[in-house]
Amino acid sequence: MSGNTVAVLVEHRDGVVAQPTLENLTLARSLGEPVAVWLGEPPSDEASATLGAYGAGAVRVVELGAAGRLPKVRAAAVGAATPDAPVVLMTSTFLNKEVATLLALETGAGVVVDASGAELADGRVETEQTVFAATWNIRTRVVSERAIVALRPNTTQATEVDGAGAATVETVVFEAPEVPERLVAVSAVEREEGVPLAEARVVVSGGRGTNGDYALVRDLADVLGGAVGATRDATDEGWISHEHMVGQTGTTVTPALYVACGISGAVHHRGGMQASGTIVAVNIDPDAPIFEIADLGIVGDLNDVLPQAIATLQEHKGA
Amino acid sequence: MRILVTVKFTPDLQSHRSFTDGSVTRTADDGSMNELDENAVEAALQLVEAAGEGEVYALTVGGPDAVAAVRKALQLGANHAIHVSDEEIAGADVFGTAKVLAAAIRKVHEEQPLDLVITGMAALDGLTSMLPTALAADLGWSQLTLASELTVADGEATIVRHMPDAHETVAAPLPAVVSVTDEANSPRYPNFKLIMAARKAPVTQWSLADIGVDGVTVGAIAARTEVRDASPRPEKADRQVVTDTGDGGVTLANFLIEKGLA
Repeated sequence: MSGNTVAVLVEHRDGVVAQPTLENLTLARSLGEPVAVWLGEPPSDEASATLGAYGAGAVRVVELGAAGRLPKVRAAAVGAATPDAPVVLMTSTFLNKEVATLLALETGAGVVVDASGAELADGRVETEQTVFAATWNIRTRVVSERAIVALRPNTTQATEVDGAGAATVETVVFEAPEVPERLVAVSAVEREEGVPLAEARVVVSGGRGTNGDYALVRDLADVLGGAVGATRDATDEGWISHEHMVGQTGTTVTPALYVACGISGAVHHRGGMQASGTIVAVNIDPDAPIFEIADLGIVGDLNDVLPQAIATLQEHKGA
Repeated sequence: MRILVTVKFTPDLQSHRSFTDGSVTRTADDGSMNELDENAVEAALQLVEAAGEGEVYALTVGGPDAVAAVRKALQLGANHAIHVSDEEIAGADVFGTAKVLAAAIRKVHEEQPLDLVITGMAALDGLTSMLPTALAADLGWSQLTLASELTVADGEATIVRHMPDAHETVAAPLPAVVSVTDEANSPRYPNFKLIMAARKAPVTQWSLADIGVDGVTVGAIAARTEVRDASPRPEKADRQVVTDTGDGGVTLANFLIEKGLA
């Protein structure tokens, strides 16, 4: 299968390629010849150069308007761009899981989502995943000839190819299919500055122990260059918007560092963060379940511990 | 308003789980209905109550234990329960499971048409949120997934869907498959009367033959993926928990600095 086309569906925001796509292009190089699939307004020269630098020989562009938000239209577009690709990689998002399912129904591909890695073994794709709230590792073999794998962010180290040129832009002829679903309205969610939660290398989250005051959590996230997360409790209380919720029904995160502040560690929350690299927890309750999975646990009041940690880290940064 | 809700038996999230020969090993005493399916049952009950007429069917696929899932739906107020069970379903992947559910749904729909199929957003036991999409595709019905809000009027269902970059309002004609998130509603608690009634309520049992599905098209043989290896994640080494005695913040910062994380 090596030498075959490996398509990578590009995630982009405001025309900029998202980090998980660069990770997937890096992974794609170990599976075959990467080509990027770009949905929407055509990429800028800079974006094509970035895609090329991470290994994409070509970027296949399918111009899609707002209808591209509908899973069936999106899946048809990806299908039109990848007829020759036995392997399609994408970032594991709720929308992409739907796209993967629909595309697989068309092509007969086997699908693995929420994977943390993929490799070729005896001519088939095999993947690594964690399941059951990240308490088990499983290895899955895609039995069918075609494979679609949706990967979690931060699971491959993105690296550039020395001396690679820009990806060649190819336009894909595509006519959107008629679908019964129609978009009635789309209202944009105001995006916070910095890296999106799902892609962040560092996540600092606050739970009930913050009592609704996220100032210290935000300050610690700032000094660590991370994104701010929260528990279901906190978003239900209205302390912080739902987009910040880390958990199995919110955002699943796999950062290099996860700092849990005033979070007890309910099973639904753990399921959304337990696969993180290093876990640090601060909680006043020594019996909080979060300590069972923390590399470092500090039993103490976050109003004492966090300001001191922030000051020490700032000093270190300044040194 | 006639609505069918698909529910899944899942092990208790706190309980010990394991893999045996590539499948999840469960015992009858440590599971019930997938928690997120409660939101699906609630959405169905609310629509029927608002319409002032209608019926709610609960459907599950799985071994003998799985009947616990539809019994839970009956306790919450569902009117009918169907349990599809067959040895040949073992090892089915998401596409096989969708095929079995779709065949059972068609059988109900042919007797008397359904308006909606409602599912939960995902199963909390490690499966994915792919099922609603696969199910809608198999039925050839409209697909409205990840609904935080759901309304039905004039032969159409309309949902609000919270995506990371935007909130979308999407509409589609009935019949439709809708998956609801845990934001959609707050599931009710079963009352004593319904709990007692659910114990004695009949559960319709169907085999693959009853719904006209050939086992080789849905079971392990048809699956496009297979679990090769499964092992518990190793316990982390060198874990430490310290009590703050005035320098907890410094300890935290130094730990991150030493690890190269700050």
